[in-house]
Amino acid sequence: MSDAPNSPADGAVRLDQPWVISPAVALRPEPFGALAYHFGNRKLTFLKRPELVRVVRGLGDAPDVAAALEAAEIPESQWPGYVAALSGLARTDMIRPRQTEGAAA
Amino acid sequence: MTIAPERPATTRIGQLLPTTGDRTPRGDRLVDQFELGLDAPICLTWELTYACNLECAHCLSSSGRRDPRELSTDQAKAVIDELQRMQVFYINIGGGEPTIRPDFWELLEYSIEHNVGVKFSTNGVRLNKERAAFLASPAMNGYVDIQISLDGATAEVNDYVRGPGSFDTAIRALENLQEAGFQDAKISVVCTRQNIGQLDEFKAIADKYGAMLRLTRLRPSGRGADVWDELHPLPEQQRELYYWLMANGENILTGDSFFHLAAFGESLPGLNLCGAGRVVCLIDPIGDVYACPFAIHDNFHAGNILTDGGFQQVWQKSELFQDLRAPQTGGACAKCSFFDACRGGCMAAKFFTGLPLDGPDPECVQGYGESALQSMNEAGGRVIPESSQDHSKKNPTRNQPVMLQLGRRPDDLESALKPRGMPVSACAESPLAGFDPGTGALGGGGGCASGACGC
Repeated sequence: MSDAPNSPADGAVRLDQPWVISPAVALRPEPFGALAYHFGNRKLTFLKRPELVRVVRGLGDAPDVAAALEAAEIPESQWPGYVAALSGLARTDMIRPRQTEGAAA
Repeated sequence: MTIAPERPATTRIGQLLPTTGDRTPRGDRLVDQFELGLDAPICLTWELTYACNLECAHCLSSSGRRDPRELSTDQAKAVIDELQRMQVFYINIGGGEPTIRPDFWELLEYSIEHNVGVKFSTNGVRLNKERAAFLASPAMNGYVDIQISLDGATAEVNDYVRGPGSFDTAIRALENLQEAGFQDAKISVVCTRQNIGQLDEFKAIADKYGAMLRLTRLRPSGRGADVWDELHPLPEQQRELYYWLMANGENILTGDSFFHLAAFGESLPGLNLCGAGRVVCLIDPIGDVYACPFAIHDNFHAGNILTDGGFQQVWQKSELFQDLRAPQTGGACAKCSFFDACRGGCMAAKFFTGLPLDGPDPECVQGYGESALQSMNEAGGRVIPESSQDHSKKNPTRNQPVMLQLGRRPDDLESALKPRGMPVSACAESPLAGFDPGTGALGGGGGCASGACGC
């Protein structure tokens, strides 16, 4: 299957890490947010807020998670909730850590 | 050109289901959003053909004969293209028996190449060693799921409703899939009065073939309406099923079909919501779209993909689906303290047993369904809706199930030999009863000439 490279065992997402949406995942827009489908493990997940969809889509272009939250205009007070939601997505490989240039293999 | 024939006027569902008129979600849960419908279905069933080698007594789609208007290969591929555009990530293919369509394997490959994963239901008739190897091959990329139907853990119970030889066919298919290395095939069981006592045996069969067990609810849909009274589980069996699912639920699939049992207490895993027209729908072999696989009836017909501008148009714009997505008041059930758990149960089960759509499910575990059925019977009889379509074979074939009562001979000889009652009519005892060769109107022939028995 598609184990995410170097993902922490508990799937915890940290603010200072670069992440990206998994290549096997497609997002389908819905009135409440989006439906995420993983073609590899066939898991279906619901992103229950449009804001969360913006964050997830923005992960790949942001240097780290904090920057993605900022770009999606999420108030800092709500960041812990979003980090928890992202950790949930990481556990089913919906998002995975991004390898950056020069990062340890 | 009009392909579909004129349809009779039907009752608009919105008139049968009182709605609150309020289009804001009931709460913050996902099911509250789902009640209002999605831009594309999550669970789409596509019956590819009404043709079938079997004639199961309880067939939900009254299948048997191919419909001459069946979608062509090209039309079917255009449907797949549209589903890909709508991001319907996987579909459930059924029938009839889908694998007896000659282009089935071609459509399967086409769908998978277009990122529309497939789960197909089959009685196993075409799953020989060669096909099993193909299905397990990298060409399928793990995007295909197979569901083998088995409605008894023994040939006796299974063949009673599915027809002679069907148990062996299913088991052979499971053997072939296992031998080919196909992972996680599903054994799909419709729970009936006759097989609820076999749940552990079903699990053992699944374990033996490395398969997963899927249990679903018998609906009075299609030919199921004719046998529902005899086959549907008794109240104590529903309880048995519920506790079995609570104990084994994690590894058992249910297609979310037992949400009416949630009123026993704790909800079973799943959405616990009627998804008809909201997250679920059916495309039939001629391109007709219905609210749910168990509701192939004009009243639940949303449109046709060939004549009404394509599937997306029907899904998003049809009047029927708009009605189903309007939040409902819950009718008579709203007062029940379990309404939040079961949400009134299954619409198709109510409709095809003649119950009002805003009333209780016929198998309501609080007993309201039974009393509703009883009081309607007493008040002059329920009206069970006539089926809108029937593709059953017209003449009996050797695969037809023979639904003789499953029973045991009494243990002692005396009661076994004693007559159980008076003969129903004279001719039930002797074909020549009442026949007088001298005066009979049909002189010279055998058989009953009395005319008294209506035979």
